[in-house]
Amino acid sequence: MTAVLGGRPEGLTSLHLDDDDTDARSRLVVVGNGMAGARLVEEVLERGGGDQFRITVFGDEPHGNYNRIMLSPVLAGESHEDDIVLNSHDWYADNGVHLRAGVRVERIDTAAKTVLGSDGSVTPYDHLVLATGSYSFIPPMTGVRREDGSLLPGVFGFRTIDETRAMLEATGRCRRAVVMGGGLLGLEAARALQGHGLQVDLVHAMPHLMNAQLDAEAGAILKRSVESLGIAVHLDVLATEVLGTEHVEGVVLKDGRRLDCDLLVVAAGVRPHTDVAVLSGLEVERGVVVDDQLRTDDPDVYAIGECAQHRGSVYGLVQPAWEHAKVLADVLTGTDPDAEYHGSRTATKLKVAGVDVATMGVTTPERDDDEFLVISEPKRGVHLSVVIRDDVLIGATLLGDTRKVAYLTQAFDRGAPLPEERIRLLVDLSDGAEEVGVAEMPADSQVCNCNGVSKGDICGAVAGGCGSVGAVMDATRAGKGCGSCKSLVKQIVEWAADGDLTEDPAASYYVPGVPMPKPELVRAIREHDLRSVSAVFATLAPGGQEDARSKMGLTSLLKMLWGVDFVPEKDGEFINDRVHANIQRDGTFSVVPQMKGGVTTPAQLRRIAEVAEKYEVPMVKVTGGQRIDLLGVRKEDLPRMWDDLGMPSGYAYGKSFRTVKTCVGSDFCRFGLGDSTQLGIDLETRFQGIEGPAKMKLAVVGCPRNCAEAYVKDVGVVAVGNGKWEVYVGGAAGATVRKGDLLATVDSPEEVLRLTGRFLQYYRENANWLERTYDFVPRVGLERIRSVLLEDSEGIVAELDANMQRSVDAYTDPWGQDGKEPATPGQFRTALPLVALPKVPVR
Amino acid sequence: MSAPHLEAARPTTPGTDPGSPATDVRTPGPAPALRGEAYAVGRVEEVPPGEGRAFVAGGVQVAVFRLRDGSLHATQAACPHAGGPLADGQTDVNVLVCPLHLYAYRWSDGASTSGAAPIRVYPVHESGGEIVVEV
Ligand code: SRM
Ligand SMILES: Cc1cc2nc3c(=O)[nH]c(=O)nc-3n(C[C@H](O)[C@H](O)[C@H](O)COP(=O)(O)OP(=O)(O)OC[C@H]3O[C@@H](n4cnc5c(N)ncnc54)[C@H](O)[C@@H]3O)c2cc1C
Ligand code: SF4
Ligand code: FES
Repeated sequence: MTAVLGGRPEGLTSLHLDDDDTDARSRLVVVGNGMAGARLVEEVLERGGGDQFRITVFGDEPHGNYNRIMLSPVLAGESHEDDIVLNSHDWYADNGVHLRAGVRVERIDTAAKTVLGSDGSVTPYDHLVLATGSYSFIPPMTGVRREDGSLLPGVFGFRTIDETRAMLEATGRCRRAVVMGGGLLGLEAARALQGHGLQVDLVHAMPHLMNAQLDAEAGAILKRSVESLGIAVHLDVLATEVLGTEHVEGVVLKDGRRLDCDLLVVAAGVRPHTDVAVLSGLEVERGVVVDDQLRTDDPDVYAIGECAQHRGSVYGLVQPAWEHAKVLADVLTGTDPDAEYHGSRTATKLKVAGVDVATMGVTTPERDDDEFLVISEPKRGVHLSVVIRDDVLIGATLLGDTRKVAYLTQAFDRGAPLPEERIRLLVDLSDGAEEVGVAEMPADSQVCNCNGVSKGDICGAVAGGCGSVGAVMDATRAGKGCGSCKSLVKQIVEWAADGDLTEDPAASYYVPGVPMPKPELVRAIREHDLRSVSAVFATLAPGGQEDARSKMGLTSLLKMLWGVDFVPEKDGEFINDRVHANIQRDGTFSVVPQMKGGVTTPAQLRRIAEVAEKYEVPMVKVTGGQRIDLLGVRKEDLPRMWDDLGMPSGYAYGKSFRTVKTCVGSDFCRFGLGDSTQLGIDLETRFQGIEGPAKMKLAVVGCPRNCAEAYVKDVGVVAVGNGKWEVYVGGAAGATVRKGDLLATVDSPEEVLRLTGRFLQYYRENANWLERTYDFVPRVGLERIRSVLLEDSEGIVAELDANMQRSVDAYTDPWGQDGKEPATPGQFRTALPLVALPKVPVR
Repeated sequence: MSAPHLEAARPTTPGTDPGSPATDVRTPGPAPALRGEAYAVGRVEEVPPGEGRAFVAGGVQVAVFRLRDGSLHATQAACPHAGGPLADGQTDVNVLVCPLHLYAYRWSDGASTSGAAPIRVYPVHESGGEIVVEV
């Protein structure tokens, strides 16, 4: 993979005028396009610096600027690399900034005031900023490098997106990984690789994990949490040798042990990138030495971020880097020519290998009269400690439970008075104390470390009209770095809005574009006899305006209301419904044939196999819904495929009835109390394809051992013996996990079918768009549902039954219909004519 | 209108026949010609009302939309967010919504209402029943 992250599409280049002597603006050159360098440019532009400076940014990496912090979730497969781009190439072009991506700066000629690039270019500057960051330190080990100085294949540092991509790619073919380094990066890498199914050994040279942030006891607890993930931890031992000639095969530890591996990640610390500064004759100690205005010993050269050393400190976190950028932007643009940086008090809050960690100040008492309070619950993986000197908090370590972090950060930052009962620092002794925590925080205490957002900024945004957590996050950037402060941001927004978070009337609308709650909308549709989506917009939407985001919900509602009398409009449907398949990340589709109750036949399997081969289906997979998925199918192949399959659609793409999972039941299982398989098939036959406000997934099991997971389905049916069946509703095991509520116990499969239909119809008529039963049932209340469906308290049961029957009668298999004759011209034409699909991997 | 005078080059839409394997060109195709080269990419009826279809105009992939008010719009075919097929998106008079992650883009200037990079919009008009896109 060589794609440029945040790059412009191939072939598009922006035109750049050569150095133009008539341009009166002075030249600002930034070396390093990482988190500090790009932030500086943003800060300068925000201060109107675009009129003052012609800005050029050199970046060693070919990419736009991306959020390096998020490389851990990218490696873990939790974030997509596209989602971590902060400033794309287009952003630079749009802001008149000249980005020289992929060009390394070799040296600065401070006398001539020029920058010498690896491409032979010579670029003059008036002000120069070094923001070269750090690189992964590879400790000396025999065999780690080849003759030419490059790393042995299979050995990686963990600093850049390219390294992350290479590791991700390696996870596909590697089985065993060794990670060197038990600090933040090492732990994150270990967890990520472990998550990809590799066997992981973590080797750490120190006696406990995260020794820079944690004391020995907390380190030991973290070790246990890490080991419980299945990662082997080796402490207090160095790796001395790397084995393998063509590719890494293992490492040898100092105590003689050998660990085999085909992937070695070295996360043994970072070193500031100072080579350019050294070659250019600037003063360098551990980092590039700067004063309180971030100036080096050359008056026109500055350094910020991880490469800078200020008052003896070099930071390895992003927050100080962003503070540097702010101060320097003030100085350069003259917004505040006297702005100064006085160092950062780093309180860090991280999630390491799935464990919450927050640390500030010292980790252990240093003087005899320092107070030291520790709460340790190794079993729960919780370890909390504070260090107090002269009634002031000078350090805190929270592992496994960071609920008190806001309160402690405030006490730490401000030297605020501490409670007499010191234990209150670490635990809430009474209910509601947490709210007090937010209320008590002073306005200037920092909430989002990544973006330097204070409680005051958040309250300001709320006062300024931001009515939701999302709006506050957009306005302040709080929570947009590593995201670990999101829950605190939410608490503060709720507190600041003091209960009257502007009640958004749109929240009650069925769809955003028609200002009516569902019952009112249904009434209006019936009253005006509106049978198509465009008719609804024309009659009921403000100004008769259609709204793209409302179309899918309206289509679903109209289909339910009108059955066969619905007037279909293809543009009212989401692409999945338009082509009866689920769209995938590359624009191909997945095909899931119906397989009632998860029961299939050799003939059916043979047909599926033949079709999969004929259309070169990239992956054939057994789904979590007990059927078979053919993934990565080209849109234009869909109709012929359905024809060859000769099986009905499984509706795996719609907001509709999906599957009924079953277990083998009384015919085969020695515990079976009822014929769950047959009942599942009957349910699926009856309700196949009916659309709803959201997906409807069912299961039937032959006994309470629950092998097909009926307790966590929208409707789950459990045989309990003597011909009796329990019917559960509102269960879920997706993004939400909820055990269903027992609606009733009935005496026959027929009654199960009737009650299921009644419940589903009640849900279809009353649930909000995209509201699954796990939200619907608790919202309406089980008691109410019982009295309506079982006692007919509203006298609507007959109508529910009839309405459901109408939907059942309206069923037609869409694959049979649209396969023969496209519903609209080009229904199955490719939408990316020049892209060779599929792009998904072929297995 | 009779015997339309076409100011445009002939259609160049390979790879769009049902089932034909697509050719190996990367998203979204080679650099467009300098400016304003007009191409007739297809007939208006090929784009059903409210929907979009993809075409190739002089080596550039474009998605053409015919809104329910009759207006035509043309954009780049691949979504700047993650390459989603914009022609499969949903539309109204203000925006186009990408099918993959539902980012919305304004017809007026291509700007995203959800914070993504903007899409390119191309001038498009009808001439004698043909869709003419300038790229
Ligand atoms: C194929 C399958 C995974 C698999 O390989 O097994 C799958 C694939 C997808 N699921 Fe699922 N889900 C699949 C079983 C499940 C299950 C298990 C089950 O059905 O027993 C669940 C939990 C049960 C549930 O829904 O409560 C499940 C909970 C979800 C959710 C979370 C829904 C929720 O509200 O909690 C989503 C997201 C959503 O609906 O918005 C989702 C969304 C998706 C989508 C459709 C994402 C999308 O919108 O594109 C995935 C399509 C992938 C693709 O490219 O085709 N899928 N998904 C399974 C198909 C089952 C089938 O035969 O129909
Ligand atoms: C996986 C990972 C997880 C992290 N997690 C966290 C976290 O949770 N919290 C936190 O606060 N911090 C975290 N960090 C640290 C954070 O990313 C850094 O502190 C931050 O990126 C520093 O910014 P910078 O601009 O100084 O350096 P960088 O972001 O490294 O940028 C420096 C850039 O300069 C370029 N460069 C170097 N030399 C030259 C040259 N001669 N010419 C041209 N370009 C050059 C480099 O290629 C690089 O792109 C993490 C880091 C990693 C790698
Ligand atoms: S298939 Fe389901 S669980 Fe898997 S990535 Fe897609 S939505 Fe997530
Ligand atoms: S690809 Fe278009 S929104 Fe993600």
